[in-house]
Amino acid sequence: MNTTEKYLVGVYDDEDEVLHAVTEVKESGVKIEEVYTPFPIHGLDKAIGHPRTRIPIAAFMFGLTGLTCAQFLINYTMVFDWPMIIGGKDFFALPDWIPVSFEGTVLFTAFGMVITFCITNSLWPGKKPKTFDLRSTDDKFIVTINMDKNKLSEAEIETILKKSGAIEVNVKQF
Amino acid sequence: MAGHSHFSPANVEEHFEFTSEARNKLITAMIVGAVLLGVGVFFLGSGEHQEVAHAAAGHAAEHGGEHLSGGAASHHETSWNPLNRLWVNLWLNGVFFTGIAIIGMFFVAVQYLAKAGWSSVVKRIPEAFPKFLYFTFPVLLLIFVFKGDVIFHWMHHGITDPNSEHFDKIIAGKKGYLNFTFFLVRLVGIFVVWLVLWNMMRKKSLEEDLTGGTKNFFDMVRIGTGFVVAMGISASLSAWDWVMSIDTHWFSTMFGWYMFASWHVTGLATITLTVLLLKDKGYMKYVSESHLHDLGKFMFAFSIFWTYVWFAQFLLIYYANMPEETIYFLERWEGHNKIYKAVEILNVFMNFFFPFLIMMTRDAKRTPIFLKICCFFVIVGHYLDFYQMIMPGTVGPHGGFGLVEFGSVILFASAFIYVVSNELTKASLVAKNHPFLEEALHHDI
Repeated sequence: MNTTEKYLVGVYDDEDEVLHAVTEVKESGVKIEEVYTPFPIHGLDKAIGHPRTRIPIAAFMFGLTGLTCAQFLINYTMVFDWPMIIGGKDFFALPDWIPVSFEGTVLFTAFGMVITFCITNSLWPGKKPKTFDLRSTDDKFIVTINMDKNKLSEAEIETILKKSGAIEVNVKQF
Repeated sequence: MAGHSHFSPANVEEHFEFTSEARNKLITAMIVGAVLLGVGVFFLGSGEHQEVAHAAAGHAAEHGGEHLSGGAASHHETSWNPLNRLWVNLWLNGVFFTGIAIIGMFFVAVQYLAKAGWSSVVKRIPEAFPKFLYFTFPVLLLIFVFKGDVIFHWMHHGITDPNSEHFDKIIAGKKGYLNFTFFLVRLVGIFVVWLVLWNMMRKKSLEEDLTGGTKNFFDMVRIGTGFVVAMGISASLSAWDWVMSIDTHWFSTMFGWYMFASWHVTGLATITLTVLLLKDKGYMKYVSESHLHDLGKFMFAFSIFWTYVWFAQFLLIYYANMPEETIYFLERWEGHNKIYKAVEILNVFMNFFFPFLIMMTRDAKRTPIFLKICCFFVIVGHYLDFYQMIMPGTVGPHGGFGLVEFGSVILFASAFIYVVSNELTKASLVAKNHPFLEEALHHDI
């Protein structure tokens, strides 16, 4: 596996500029990896054109798993393994189990989504963060381009970025 | 996309036109509703004798069924007047539509209290709803004053008189709260407070269109805050008085919340449906997918809230298993020859599973047809919710879905649409000088 990844980092000064630049750069055939901004910019996600997140589907699946596990736990303990009459109800007293089923669903969904989120964003203990430009937490807007995923040459991309309004273009390797 | 909306506060003003064609249609619908109601009552009157004879024949065999009534219905058994079903239906629709109307005010009040921006494009629609209170107030008042004993067990003659043969010790113990005068004071008081606050709000809102500035906005925040406090008390009072006291022996501490939740989600569905229908007619082009998404989220969330409250009430009663409490659900589930069982099942399906599964995804909340279907189900479902709250305790075994029910719903719904449409013509469809309008027009989620 190639251990070094090479990135071109375009630095912009203004939020409107970066919003337009993203569209412009994409139209020139450059694939944008990610954009880092000090604050959320409305419409930027649509401009970058990332595919819709699939985390709701994951949430639904985790929820179903949680529901099933909770139902299995109660059914096994309360109906099959050690049936007990509580409050004169049937062994299979479904209304009583709704709170537990709900909690099981929520618990599995919450943990599952946090774990999924961390995995998809490459966040795990001991992971070294990829910092493209520290100023993206202050007053600059950063557009990163993964050179491995682009066919155009470095110089060509640099020209495109500069033309779209980047104040500087840096090379970053990890 | 943000910053690229071609709407600005200067060019969105538009006026709803309530055409004479639409007026005629609605008046025709009202007449049809009233005729159905009349015909229904006539058939009830002629068909009832057979049913009573039939019931009497089966009485000995099905002795158990009669005891499953916790409300007033059992007391009507000896003297059932078919006209009662008419009064009960008017009461049911009166309460249901009062709820939709006042939730319009509640929605606006909450938006001001939260200083929400996005809703300023749609707020004129809920703002018009409370006008219908002028219609339901006399309906509820007259039915209570003249036909209250048909609806309320505690109003039966001699029920709190120790010397009467109808004396009921439990109801006599509630005499301090449930008596004619105090009830009347509360009924009138609730409506007066609602109408006064709504008129203040409406006046400020219309004034804002002319003068602009932020003074009216902050005044409306104050009125909204006052209304939310008033609603906190009056929603519970109206739930106990108008609906829970029908089953006088029974009580539930969740009932105020339960009925308010039912009203609230119905109101939200009505607001959403009105916005969608106006959009279909070519109005409100500035209401974007994002606004619909927010309205859809409201409806989705409060469907779940209703379920939560409904279930919290049910589970405690089911779990504790005390006869004086379980009778309420037993009556609806197994009593009166099981005529209410289907409604009970539909209640949970239409008001929980349906909106929950349909409205779960983001796309569904942004797609008008899904929203419309969901609004329709929520409104019908919560009509059924009120139906099963009110009917078993009042008409009991004489209930059902006949011309009377459909007629009264058509009558009330068309009157509601007429009154609200008429109120909408009185101002611009968008609050054109709302301080947050610019923000709302660029709303993007």
